[in-house]
Formats: sequence, C-alpha cells, structure tokens
Amino acid sequence: MFHWLEKHPFFFAVGIFVTIAFAGLVEILPNFAQASRPVIGTAPYSTLELAGRHVYIKNSCNACHSQLVRPFKSETDRYGHYSLSGEYAYDRPFLWGSKRTGPDLMRVGNYRTTDWHENHMKSPSGVVPGSIMPAYTWMFKNTADINTAYAEQLTVSQFFSTPYNKPVPMKDGSTKIVKMGASTAEANALALAEAKVIAADMKDQDVKDAVANGQIPEIVALIAYMNSLK
Amino acid sequence: MENRPLEYDYTVAKMFMFTTIALGIVGMLIGVILAFELAFPGVNTILGQGLAEFTNYSRLRPLHTDAVIFGFTLSGIWATWYYVGQRVLKVSMAESGFLMFIGKLHFVLYMVVVVAVVVSLFLGITTSKEYAEFEWPIDIAVVVVWVLFGVSIFGLIGIRREKSLYISIWYYIATFLGIAMLYLFNNMEIPTMLATNAAGESGIGNWWHSVSMYAGTNDALVEWWYGHNAVAFGFTVPIVAMIYYFLPKESGQAIYSYKLSLLSFWGLMFVYLWAGGHHLLYSTVPDWMQTMGSIFSVILILPSWGSAINMLLTMKGEWQQVAASPLIKFMVLGSTFYMFSTLEGPIQAIKSVNAIAHFTDWIVGHVHDGTLGWVGFMIMAALYHMAPRVFKREIYSKSLMVSQFWIQTLGVVLYFTSMWIAGITQGMMWRAHDEFGNLAYSFIDTVTVLHPYYAIRGVGGLLYLVGFLMFAYNIYKTMSARPVEESELQNASPMGA
Repeated sequence: MFHWLEKHPFFFAVGIFVTIAFAGLVEILPNFAQASRPVIGTAPYSTLELAGRHVYIKNSCNACHSQLVRPFKSETDRYGHYSLSGEYAYDRPFLWGSKRTGPDLMRVGNYRTTDWHENHMKSPSGVVPGSIMPAYTWMFKNTADINTAYAEQLTVSQFFSTPYNKPVPMKDGSTKIVKMGASTAEANALALAEAKVIAADMKDQDVKDAVANGQIPEIVALIAYMNSLK
Repeated sequence: MENRPLEYDYTVAKMFMFTTIALGIVGMLIGVILAFELAFPGVNTILGQGLAEFTNYSRLRPLHTDAVIFGFTLSGIWATWYYVGQRVLKVSMAESGFLMFIGKLHFVLYMVVVVAVVVSLFLGITTSKEYAEFEWPIDIAVVVVWVLFGVSIFGLIGIRREKSLYISIWYYIATFLGIAMLYLFNNMEIPTMLATNAAGESGIGNWWHSVSMYAGTNDALVEWWYGHNAVAFGFTVPIVAMIYYFLPKESGQAIYSYKLSLLSFWGLMFVYLWAGGHHLLYSTVPDWMQTMGSIFSVILILPSWGSAINMLLTMKGEWQQVAASPLIKFMVLGSTFYMFSTLEGPIQAIKSVNAIAHFTDWIVGHVHDGTLGWVGFMIMAALYHMAPRVFKREIYSKSLMVSQFWIQTLGVVLYFTSMWIAGITQGMMWRAHDEFGNLAYSFIDTVTVLHPYYAIRGVGGLLYLVGFLMFAYNIYKTMSARPVEESELQNASPMGA
C-alpha cells in the first residue's frame, strides 16, 4: 500500500490530510459551544476598557504576563480564585499568555489601584525594587484609539450577539448593562465619561489636561482595562 | 544531451538562501537583545527614551519569534525545497517556464509579506496570538504565498521523471498541507471595519483591525492546536525532510531503514496533532483534552526517535566522518538535539511536571534546544551542502566551519542549562509555602533570583549569533572569493575530498 501511495501523489496527499485533520476534529469540536458560555458576573468590556485591552495587546503585555490562574493552592493564594472557562466568554482573542516573567494579571483589578498602576507604568522598579519590567512612558503621550474599540464592540454584538445594551446577570442577583454608543460620537462621549473617573484618581498633570480637553491617553484606557480584571 | 547529467536550475533556491541568512541574522540579533533586556533592563532604552517604544522587550518579542520562524526557518525550508525538489524528482526548474515564474513570484510576494510584518509589528499592530500575530491583510498575503509554494510542489511533482516520491518529498507535502490547515483555522477573524451601526456609519476605526471568531477557551484551544503544530510542521517535518536528503548525500551512506522511515513518518502525522493540549494543562479546557494532550505527547517519542535513530544508524560504520567533516558534525549533533528535545518535551507534558514547568523559562529553554540545536544546525548544514553546488565553488574555509560548530554548540549548552535551572528554580519558588502555610516568596523574589541565569543565557545566545555571523561570512566568501569550478560538483562532498 505504501509503495503504491508513494507513486500516486494525489492519494498520498489526501492520506496525509486525513491523518492530520482527524485529531483536530475529535479534540476541538465537541466542546465548542459549551466552552463559550459566560458565567454569572461576567460582562462584556466597555468601550474604554476594550481600548485599554488594545493597548495591552499593542504592547504585547501577554508576552510576560499570563491571565490564567491554575487550580493550585499556591496560585489561588497569590492571585485569587482559579480561572473558570466562562469568565473568558468575551475575550477575543484570549490573553492567557505562555510565560510569567511578571505575575499573573487575571484578577489584578482586585488588588491594584489606578494610582498604583500610574506610578508603576512610569517606573516599575521605583514601585517594585528589583523589577525588570521596562517603563511604558509613551502610554502617557499616545492617544487611545476609541473608534477601533467601538468598531470591535459593534462587530462582536452583530456577529456573536455579545450582550451590549442588555442586562447581564451579576453574582449578587442584580443586573448590569454595558452601554455601547449608537454612533461614533456617542461612543467617544461614553469613553470620555469613563476616562474622567480614572483621570480623577491620577496625578500626571498632562494626562489630566488631556482628558479635560477630550483626549484619552493610552494609559487611561489601559488602567480602565486593568481595573476591570477581577 | 542524452548522456549528460541533468543540469538543475537554482535561481530560486539562491534567493531563498540569501533571505535565510539575512533574516537569520535579524531574528537572532533581536533574540540576543531581548535576552540582555531581561538580564539588564537598561537595555530596553538602548536607543534612548524617545525610541523606547520600539526597542522595549514586549514590542520586540513577537519580532524575534516571527523573524526566526517565518523568516529564517521558512526561508531555509524553501531554499532547500527549490534545491532538493528538483533533484529527487529528477526534473529541472528550467524545464518549465511556468514553475520558474511561480517560484520567483513566490519569493517576491514573500519579501512583500516580510516587509509588511516587520513594519506592522514595530507599530504594535498585532492580534497577540503567538506565532499568528499578523492582522488580516497580511494573513491573506500569507495564504497566497503558501498557495504558490503548493503550486510549486505539486507542479514539480506533476512533471517529475522519478515516479516514486522520495522520503523528503513526503515531508515537504506534509509541511504544505499541515501549515495550510492550521493557519487557515487559527486565523479566522472578522475585520471590524465591516460593522455598521444604527447611525449608518461604517468603516469605523483602523481598517486593519480584526476580531477573532473564537472566544476565550475556544480561542486558546485553536491557538495551541495551531501553535504546537506550527512547531510540528515548521520545525520538525520540513527539517526531517532536509536531513533525509542531506545526510545520505553528504556521508555517501544509504538511509538505514525504509520501514523505520515509514513508521516514523505516518506515526508523526497521526500523533503530533493530538499533543497540542499539553500547552493548556490545568487551564479551563476540559480535563479529557488535557489528558489526551499529555498522553499523546509521550507517545510522540516513538515517531520522533524513529527518525532520529534512522539518521544516526545511517552513519553506522562511518563514524570517522563525524571527526573528519564539520558538515557531518552539524547534522549528527542536530539529530542528537532532536532526540534530546523530543524527550524533554514529553517530560514537560506530564501533568505533574508541567505544574512546575509551565509559565517558566524551562519552556523557553526547551524551545531553544530544539530550534538552535536541531533546526538551526540542520538549516546551516543544508546551506553548507548546497553552497558549493549552487555557486560552483568550494566552501571558503573548513576550519572556520569547525570553530563555528564549537562556538555554537557551547552557546546552545549555555542556553538550555541556564534556562533549566532558571525555570525549575522559579517553578519551585512560586509554589513554596512556609511552615504556617503562607507563600514563602513574593513574586519579585522569584524574578531577581533569575538574574545570573538570564545573563548566562544572554552569553549563550550571543555565542550562537557570533557563530551564525561566521556562517554568513563563510557563505559570502564562498560565493564571491574563490574561482568558479568548471561544472557542478557531482559526487563526493567537498568536505569529504
């Protein structure tokens, strides 16, 4: 049979394809629908948070920071409850990472504040002596891209029925509505309102001035995203 | 004409040889910079505060991985394909104007993609998925390049004189099909500019931005099915294709066992794809998938070692060649690193070991003993074998090759030993509790302790880069500095002579 295959390239290639495609079908497909259901308490990202997530991705923060708490005592002691599949239901792409050069950030919003992040992003080793993380000073100058975040919100709500402007159940029995603008102008206004809350807790005068003028620096969006990770 | 040996046309092979070397230097240089950034954070701002955005670790990291995978390795695969393909199929590229055109187009479009990737990653335009960072416009270009590669493979097969496909061709076909399937499914994404809102606006935001079709756990599952098997079909399958051609050619020995090559080829095809789940142990993917990933990783030792043993036994009775020929040294050590790396991987895939190893530098060490020791050595060996035949000149310096070999071997050894120690140290410190049940170390303790290992790793990487520059110089001198031979070298290797 093998000698015959080696003289018939078409059937040889078909043979290879079937052999390699098999595993993916068996391993990936059966769980597909199940794994994408959100757990109670998981809400979609707001426009500003999503813009912050884009800043996180733009700077490959996931190259050094994981967002996956494994079910070990040492990890739950350090980072909080272990991760549940449904908590990632609105994460496109997933940001689990593959290397912890720095600590996990899955629930960083539970134990770090806006003020802490501001100081830390300016000078990591000033806040954590011995830290090898570089400073991200340009995030204080670059402007966050709210329009792209808004376009992504529109896309996921249209193609994947992500529940924007709809009540989402919370753990305490209440519901939460994450608003998405009906127009680009409204989306920017919503993001700016959120940014003002963050900027009020910050000390950098340039950032405060920018937000007062209707500009949102990347750092503000990033901190909004960090604070949402719980 | 009838009695003359076939003259092969290496135009396209040459082009890809140049990019193998150029992108190898770029990718490895960035790697060395990254290594020193971890050891000495001041290196992050080496070009000043103003350019820090483009020189800091996180922005450069995807550039390193993509430059060595899709630059150096892929170029090497294609350089050897456009050389080996003609020879084992007994047909010259010059016989088909169409295939020659496809080959050149393949190269030109590949160059366009390389430039687009470099620019976009420097600007931070990335999807964040490892080894699949490119946004949708580049993804489409990659698919076109890949299709051209496929046309070249099957086109050359279509006009072949040798009816039976040699083992290397099996592996090249598998590379083409495997990457095609994985890349397509992993990069399913929707450009966000397609969305419209109630106000009738469309084309909002950056046109290149897209959102993954999969969310959370599913996205992770598809990504690591891809990520793991991109290693399979980029770092293993095509490199095995190379060694099945170049080792017998260089040593003058026949492949030890056809049956062993059958077993390891079909075994590898079947088993490899299942093992992706070992990247997701203790994550939120279902337990049975994790266990499958773990078990199949261990089974994977069989086909991997099958190929490696087949190669080492091919040298049976001819071991003096290892001492005599630097080229054989590279290939034999490459096979040995392949065995080593394919034993280490399954060990790390055992769940209890993975609990310590995952997220640590031990994984980084594992990747590099495979890529530096196996992929890098084999591609350089292939180019060293091809250069005298392609350029019709003897290799410039054999002693330079020998020194390069030892410098790079030392580099690899420093790299993986330091990363082993770093990884296991960090993994053990993360999980250590004191007598009262509290965590024994804060996270920063587990970072500062790694400093000496990061420094040693940087030195190891630097040595490898130095060796690679020696390789580049040797090839450059080969093509430019020595008189042209009358005709293509036919039989014994220039090293053996």
